[in-house]
Amino acid sequence: MKFWKRLMCTARRKSPWLFHMNSGSCNGCDIEIIAALSPRYDAEQLGVLLQGSPRHADILVVTGPVTNKAVNAVKTVYDQVCGPKAVVAIGSCPATTNVYIDSRTLAGPLDKHLPVDVYVPGCPPRPDAIIAGVVKAATLLAERGSDSPTPAIVIAATTEEVQP
Amino acid sequence: MNPLLTALARLLIFPGLLFAVPAAWFFLWVERKAVALMQERVGPPFMQPFWDFMKLLGKSTPPRPGIAGFIMRAWPLIAVSSAAGAVGLLPVLPLSGGFEGDLILLLALLELPSICIIAAGFSSRSIFGEIGSAREAALSVSYNIVFLLAIVSIAASQHTFRLEALAAMHPTFLTVLGIIAILICLPAKLHINPFSLPNAEQEIYAGPMTEYAGPELAMWELAHGLEWVAATGLVATLIAPHIALAWGTSLLAGCLFVVLSVAVVLLLSVLAAATARLAIDSSVRFYWQCTLIFAVLAISSALFVRFWL
Repeated sequence: MKFWKRLMCTARRKSPWLFHMNSGSCNGCDIEIIAALSPRYDAEQLGVLLQGSPRHADILVVTGPVTNKAVNAVKTVYDQVCGPKAVVAIGSCPATTNVYIDSRTLAGPLDKHLPVDVYVPGCPPRPDAIIAGVVKAATLLAERGSDSPTPAIVIAATTEEVQP
Repeated sequence: MNPLLTALARLLIFPGLLFAVPAAWFFLWVERKAVALMQERVGPPFMQPFWDFMKLLGKSTPPRPGIAGFIMRAWPLIAVSSAAGAVGLLPVLPLSGGFEGDLILLLALLELPSICIIAAGFSSRSIFGEIGSAREAALSVSYNIVFLLAIVSIAASQHTFRLEALAAMHPTFLTVLGIIAILICLPAKLHINPFSLPNAEQEIYAGPMTEYAGPELAMWELAHGLEWVAATGLVATLIAPHIALAWGTSLLAGCLFVVLSVAVVLLLSVLAAATARLAIDSSVRFYWQCTLIFAVLAISSALFVRFWL
C-alpha cells in the first residue's frame, strides 16, 4: 500500500494536466500561458499538457478578475474537474482584481468563490513564473492526495520566489 | 504443445499484454517525442505515458448512476480488451499457431475500439462527444473500405485467410501495394494528424472522450496505445517474418518485429507533426476519391492473379 501511495504521489507530481479558464481576462495572461507551452519554454518536458476538457484536468488555471457574467461558469468548471485538483490564479486580476478594483461588474477576486492554491502575480506574469506556479500546484497535489483534502496553501510563485 | 497454452501465452506474454502494455506506453512516448522534436522542443520524459496512466488511475470519476453510466464505463474496457486481443493474434514468432480465418478475427478486433469510441461519444450525451462520434463514424466508413480491400487483396493473392501463411509469404508487387494502402489508412485509424478530427483537440474539446475522467480515461489511453501496437504490428508482420523465417530463430523474429513497429510509429509521428488537421469533407474525399482507385486496382489484380494465372 505504501509503495502504491508513493507511486501515485510521483505520478501526480509528474503529470499535471491543465484546464485554462478565462474569467474575463484582457487576454494578456492567456497569451503568456500559451507562451509557456510553446517551444521556447516547453512545459511539456515537465509533463504539463493543456487539456480541452475540464474532466481530464488536474489543475484549473484561471485568468481574469472574475466578472459577474463569468462567476457561475468558473464555479461549474471547478466542479467538473475531478479530484484531486488544484487551482492556480494567473496574474494580478484573479488575486486582487488589479486595476478593476471596486468595479460594479466584478464578482472577484477569485478566492471569494474557489479555494485558490497558488497565486502567480504579475500583469502579465512571465511564462517561467507560470511554469513555476504550475509545478508548485502539482507538488501540492502530490502531497494532498485524494483521501485527505488539506486546507489551501498560498504560495507566491514568481521568478524570484517571493514569500507572501 | 497444447494449443490452449500457446494461445494463452500469446495473449498474455508475447506479443500480448506483458509485451504490449509497455510497448503501448513506449509508442505513445515516441509519438509525443517525435512531434516535440519536429517543433524544436525537448518533449516529454521517457516515463511520461506511464505517469499519466498512473495518475489517471488515482483520480476520482464523476458519479454516473444507472444503466447509462454502466454502459459508459463498459466501452473503454471493451476497447482495451479487443485491442489486446488483436495484438495477441499477430503472428510474430514463426510457427506460433493460429487458425484458418484468424485474419478476419484480427480485422474485427482492430475495428472494435473505433466502434466503442463512436458508441462512447453518443452515450456520454455531450454535444462535443456526439460531434466527435459522428466524425469518427464518417471517417471509419471511408478509410475502412480502402483498408479492408488492401488486406483482402493480399489475402486473395495468397489464397488464404490465415495470418501465419500471410506473414510467411514472399513479397510481391501486390503485397507492397497493399502495405502502402494500409499505411495510408493508419493515420485515420489511429486518429492522428492529418485525420485527427474525431478527437480534434481544442476544437471540439476532446471529442468522444470529453466526459471521461480518471480510470476510464486511463483505459482509453491504454486502448489507444494498444491500437498503435496492433496496427503497426500488423504492418510489421506483413513485411518482416519471412525475412526472419529465412534465418529461423524466434528471438530474431521478435526483435525485427519491434524494430519495424518502431520504424512505422516514427514514420506516422513525423507525418502527424508535419501536417495540419483536415476537415471532414476533405478527409472523406481523400479516401473515397484518391485512394479507393488504388484499392480497387489492387483487388482486381489480385483476383486476376487468383483466377487467370
